[in-house]
Amino acid sequence: MIRLSWFNVTSLTLGFAFLYLPMLLLIVYSFNESKLVTVWAGFSTKWYGELLTNDAYLDAAWVTIQVAVISSTIATVLGTMAALVLIRAGRFLGRTLFSGMIYAPLVMPEVITGLSLLLLFIGIGLDRGVFTIILAHTTFSMCYVSVVVSARLMSFDKSLEEAALDLGCSPLQAFRLVTLPIIAPSVISGWLLAFTLSLDDLVIASFTAGPSATTLPIKVWSSIRLGVSPEINALSTILIGIVAVGVIVASLISKHTMLRQLADENAAKRG
Amino acid sequence: MRRALLIVVPYLWLLALFLVPFVIVLKIALSDYNLSIPPYSPQYDPSSGWQGLRDMFAAFDFENFVFLTEDDLYWKAYLSSLQIALISTLLSLLVGYPIAYAMARAPEQWRPTLMMLVILPFWTSFLIRVYAWKGILSTEGYLNQLLLGLGAIEQPLTILNTDTAVYIGIVYTYLPFMILPIYAALDKMDGSLLEAAEDLGCSRLSAFWLVTVPLSRNGIIAGSFLVFIPAVGEFVIPALLGGSDTLMIGKVLYEEFFNNRDWPVASAVAVILLLILVIPIVLFQRNQQKQRELDG
Repeated sequence: MIRLSWFNVTSLTLGFAFLYLPMLLLIVYSFNESKLVTVWAGFSTKWYGELLTNDAYLDAAWVTIQVAVISSTIATVLGTMAALVLIRAGRFLGRTLFSGMIYAPLVMPEVITGLSLLLLFIGIGLDRGVFTIILAHTTFSMCYVSVVVSARLMSFDKSLEEAALDLGCSPLQAFRLVTLPIIAPSVISGWLLAFTLSLDDLVIASFTAGPSATTLPIKVWSSIRLGVSPEINALSTILIGIVAVGVIVASLISKHTMLRQLADENAAKRG
Repeated sequence: MRRALLIVVPYLWLLALFLVPFVIVLKIALSDYNLSIPPYSPQYDPSSGWQGLRDMFAAFDFENFVFLTEDDLYWKAYLSSLQIALISTLLSLLVGYPIAYAMARAPEQWRPTLMMLVILPFWTSFLIRVYAWKGILSTEGYLNQLLLGLGAIEQPLTILNTDTAVYIGIVYTYLPFMILPIYAALDKMDGSLLEAAEDLGCSRLSAFWLVTVPLSRNGIIAGSFLVFIPAVGEFVIPALLGGSDTLMIGKVLYEEFFNNRDWPVASAVAVILLLILVIPIVLFQRNQQKQRELDG
């Protein structure tokens, strides 16, 4: 018999209030008339208007999206390859170093990753800009992708792939027709994770971006260092809204595919 | 052949963009600062061949590391980063454990939703979540407005730009990392163990201390490392919420590099920071390994 005691109800309520109240305040006060963020002076959507006509923010948003799409896509390919290497390739020279390099960026302080990449780019004379941010983001997010995908590969029944090979598939066909569809959900969540990490990154981007490229977090950073501003509240609200919709859609899709997979498995058992 | 290609591509990428940059940091940490572009020496000139390489190695020294031990700014910054990270980790544990516990006790059909609610903030921008606290904690912020309105305080509290604000910021942003491993451990726990303890005469509180806490030990350890490790090198939170006297090594490194343009010292700071973090990282890996063996 499971019953929530008052203690558990209190900790859940307080806990989620702590997690969500700050964001809720941000959203509410983005509709504030006053320039003073913390003083309520009536409802207004003017900060959204100002934000959407501010070219500096729009340009930064465009750079950020380009960087995120390109870097997360390359990172997903490289990360999936790395996961296959970690789980499937068996022994090879330098395997320990390889897995070390996969796991190390996950725990490396961002300031160090950023500093080291900046010194590399300067050392080889690469001009800093969108391209260098993409290189930097790809490098750290491929590690996250490979962790996500390798977790799925580990629980994956290898005999399915062997069966495909026995039935005359080439290894590439077996991968494309059997392995890839099965690990696809983890590859997609890897991509989403890489995409979010790239959208979110301030520290590494500010090391690796030159004066020619400004991402949204860098732009936000330069305006919030000094204080709070209603425009940033409006921007935050838009971003939180996008994430909320994205997460809800993603969870509906994953629920749908899970149900379909279950139905397929049941059909296979009956057939 | 195909296998070789599969290995070589990600391997080369990581070598070129992870390992090589790190070797460069190490090299510059051993070099000397001077007013040139780039601002350090010795420089390696490929045309000078082996002799040049040997000269470069001969010019390396540990001067920057000695400098770090002499100037008390640095070791104070390391110590205070560790202290802030430790206190924040303990606070996250205090806040996170009851939440994870209540989640694990919640009705089965609620749990996926509760899980999603814990993960959701992680997907929203880190910078924005830290920024949200600026409006709450400032002198004329929402918290002070509330407390003054309730008559709980006479004068507004100064929280923003102090270490307290940094603790709040770290706990807030890293709380999901603490909750999820603890929840995972508690979720797996067999409820009949608690019944057995109570049948054998334990009070509920002592059953909690003697059964629940030890069984969630691995979750507590994993969560604590997941908060502690990134908190030590944190830059954004102390820079946004902390005061000018909040010393954290990530901030010192950033300023050393961008404001003072002293690359050799910034690199030395990075090398030492990494050496300090190696210990908790290895301990964390061990804990994860043990956990996997137990599960497997």
